Amino acid sequence: MQTKRTTFSNAWLPYALLAPQVIVTLVFFIWPASQALWQSLFRQGDAFGIRPPSFVGLENFAALFRDSHYIDSLQVTLVFSVGTTVLAMSVSLLFAVMVNRMIRSRDTYTTFLVWPYAIAPAIAGVLWWFIFNPSIGILPYVLEGVGYDWNHRSSNTDAMILVILAAAWKQISYNFLFFLAGLQSIPQSLIEAAAIDGASRSKRFWTIILPLLSPVTFFLLVVNIVYAMFDTFGVIHATTEGGPAQATNILVYKVYRDGFVNLNMGSSAAQSVILMAIVIVLTVIQFRYIERRVNY
Amino acid sequence: MASIQMDDLHKVYAGGVKAVTGISLDIADGEMIVLVGPSGCGKSTLLRMVAGLETISGGTLRIGDRVVNNLEPAERDIAMVFQNYALYPHMTVFNNLAYGLKNRKMPKDAIDRRVREAAKMLEIGDYLDRKPRNLSGGQRQRVAMGRALVREPSAFLFDEPLSNLDAKLRVQMRVEIRQLQKRLKTTSLYVTHDQLEALTMADRLVVMNAGRVEQVGTPMEVFDRPATVFVAGFIGSPAMNMIDAAYLRETGSADDLDGLPHGTDLIGVRPDDLLMTPPDGPHLRLAGRVALLEPAGAESHIYVALDDGDQPITVRVQGLPMVEDGARVNLYAALAALHPFDRVSGVRVT
Amino acid sequence: MVENDRWGMLLSHLVLILGVAIVVFPVYVAVIASTHPPGTFVRGVMPLLPGPNALENYRIVISEGRSTAGTPPIGGMLWNSFVMAMAITIGKLSISILSAFAIVYFRFRFRMFFFWVIFLTLMLPVEVRIVPTFEVVADLGMLNSFAGLSIPLIASATATFLFRQFFMTVPEELMEAARVDGAGPMKFFRDILLPLSVTNIAALFVIMFIYGWNQYLWPLLITTDPEFYTIVMGIQRMVTGGESEPLWHLVMATVVLAALPPVLVILFMQRLFVKGLTETEK
Repeated sequence: MQTKRTTFSNAWLPYALLAPQVIVTLVFFIWPASQALWQSLFRQGDAFGIRPPSFVGLENFAALFRDSHYIDSLQVTLVFSVGTTVLAMSVSLLFAVMVNRMIRSRDTYTTFLVWPYAIAPAIAGVLWWFIFNPSIGILPYVLEGVGYDWNHRSSNTDAMILVILAAAWKQISYNFLFFLAGLQSIPQSLIEAAAIDGASRSKRFWTIILPLLSPVTFFLLVVNIVYAMFDTFGVIHATTEGGPAQATNILVYKVYRDGFVNLNMGSSAAQSVILMAIVIVLTVIQFRYIERRVNY
Repeated sequence: MASIQMDDLHKVYAGGVKAVTGISLDIADGEMIVLVGPSGCGKSTLLRMVAGLETISGGTLRIGDRVVNNLEPAERDIAMVFQNYALYPHMTVFNNLAYGLKNRKMPKDAIDRRVREAAKMLEIGDYLDRKPRNLSGGQRQRVAMGRALVREPSAFLFDEPLSNLDAKLRVQMRVEIRQLQKRLKTTSLYVTHDQLEALTMADRLVVMNAGRVEQVGTPMEVFDRPATVFVAGFIGSPAMNMIDAAYLRETGSADDLDGLPHGTDLIGVRPDDLLMTPPDGPHLRLAGRVALLEPAGAESHIYVALDDGDQPITVRVQGLPMVEDGARVNLYAALAALHPFDRVSGVRVT
Repeated sequence: MVENDRWGMLLSHLVLILGVAIVVFPVYVAVIASTHPPGTFVRGVMPLLPGPNALENYRIVISEGRSTAGTPPIGGMLWNSFVMAMAITIGKLSISILSAFAIVYFRFRFRMFFFWVIFLTLMLPVEVRIVPTFEVVADLGMLNSFAGLSIPLIASATATFLFRQFFMTVPEELMEAARVDGAGPMKFFRDILLPLSVTNIAALFVIMFIYGWNQYLWPLLITTDPEFYTIVMGIQRMVTGGESEPLWHLVMATVVLAALPPVLVILFMQRLFVKGLTETEK
């Protein structure tokens, strides 16, 4: 990693400048993370100190993968992440392509589409929770008209759709802005060349625009998966609380419940470690992609 | 004001790349020295070593009578004009000029006086309240000069200051810088890759190549008697033609090559010294065909493919000559105008 | 390009207007709900036109809160959110810009090591290591305090990278010119680098403020004292705490007030927001 051609020479200043950041990182990031790693190898003692914590090696991890609740949660997380990512990305790509065709109204549409970014996931959850409220909500009323009996309090599917909608809704702004920026960076001359070569509008989209957007798309894919897996705690917690019958119990929510509600520290720590591993893998993928983009 | 003495300066980068090897140079007080060479020859590195922006790996550098090897740039009493001007974009012209003086805790009224003097000298007095982005290229260049000027340093260091200007402005600023430098009599070290700038501005110029000095001398010395093949090729435009002496002997076109010093096996001849008619006295003759005639206004360049020769020869003539592409021509050069070199060492043979 | 595609454009407008309507709909419903009296939510479906009770509802949430559910008046929560968001934002910006300065403008031992330590924070969102982080904060006695709400969240790899990226684009010569002009590192930082970073700082400020304001899980764990509740977590208390069916008219009035500050920030600083968002990811 480069520095400037010439640098200041000072024996202690750079360390002093880095100190606040490094101290906060060590105390609140590295230390807790290693705690989680350590705890994940122990079975916790009881509250009365009669049975001390004992070292169990990887038993906590093995137990997790024997636990059908955990396997269910993995599946739920998969469905939720894929659903949220696909929905949020396809809708925002559609919006971006349409807005990119506009000239005078571009900024107006953009303004209307960006502000949901400002809404907290928890609030997004509450909003959709309210709209879908089985007794007074508007959408269940409409759905009833077409013969569907909506109830996210009893139906697993309905609950999953609800949290996916809420999570995806909030993420549209973000994806939209990146897709729009990506579209605007495609040289107009390329599209003109394709038009002169006789490509129709839809052909130009599939053969020129979409391939050129693929770096942005890939980047957003990773970002959206990370978002769906880790930043949507509020959506779940403020609405379904993982229910009904664990149907929306995604991994981050389960870590929290097992740690703070069920007070099962060893298992919660093991789950934390697994989640960290997932984030690290995703981050590495993303970082490699960034490097590639910088290099070409 | 001060002299600058470089004694066996070396620069080795971390990783072992040698940028400057064993350069010794005495710059007299008030002298304008131009460092010239192709990119990567070490000229900028050398300048930055003098400025204190690069550490010195070996040797001694004196400015005035102080050894300055380990001094900070600000302590060396030098001022520098950068290639991209490096004006502080968020400061007005006045503050750009004043910044260095403020850092030296100069009293406010003295700063004000000096800045206005420098601004007047450079004719930027009307722009003192503007930000750099509202100035033209030439005006920015003047502000960069002004920032160096207000400091009244012992030496000016110029790092290709004109390379961002268009051709016309470059000539104008070249003249102005030189006039200013002559008036102020401030020792100056000027880096450029433009041989014309080097020839026109220097009291003495230093031709560098691959971290070494190829030749030091006044512009006319360097032009008239290039010490190496490299200098011969680098100084002068179009570049000097290089002809194998063996070729001349084989084709028998030389009247009397024996007049050249013993050991000559490469002969340089400037495009201006090639004539269409034989001169008086001993000369050589070259025969070939016109590959291309290139009119350039007051002068023309003729590219000639020599019979049985591989490289084309460039000829410069005044006006537009009466030759056509493909025509046969004979070229002549007085023996006195030839530059004899040793092919292997690349050194001029005397 | 000269292309006659009136129907296509019309279709695009239709799709976009429909899209905007869907995007706006949940918030529209919230605003409407916040204007109705409590009785509306007992019978049948929620209306789509404003009701008469707007002033009354907002007065209640702002001045009284809901004592039955243990939520304080909203004013205090808004203030807490503001303080937390500002503390996180200013904290993140200051420590990031200083460390980016160190990493770009100095060469020193363990530089890469520190770079990776900072980079790791990017990989460890608070949600995945929530239990041990909570324990650390509890051990440090920082529960129920603004310090506990903000300091653990102020390390930011993203902001550090953005500043690093920006510093790399600042011409080398500027720093060299400053050195020749007699400026030391901190003077250069203050006189040259900081003024040049203003736009970047402002753009990041927008992003970080929204991030801080929208914190949910962390304040939920760190605060047990209603005095430190923030607005976003307070809403959850209102939805789930107390009676079985929430008082929707008050919840929605709170939702509107909770969402208003960050939405206004985005609308009024849209250009900076877009810049901040798209550039933090480069």
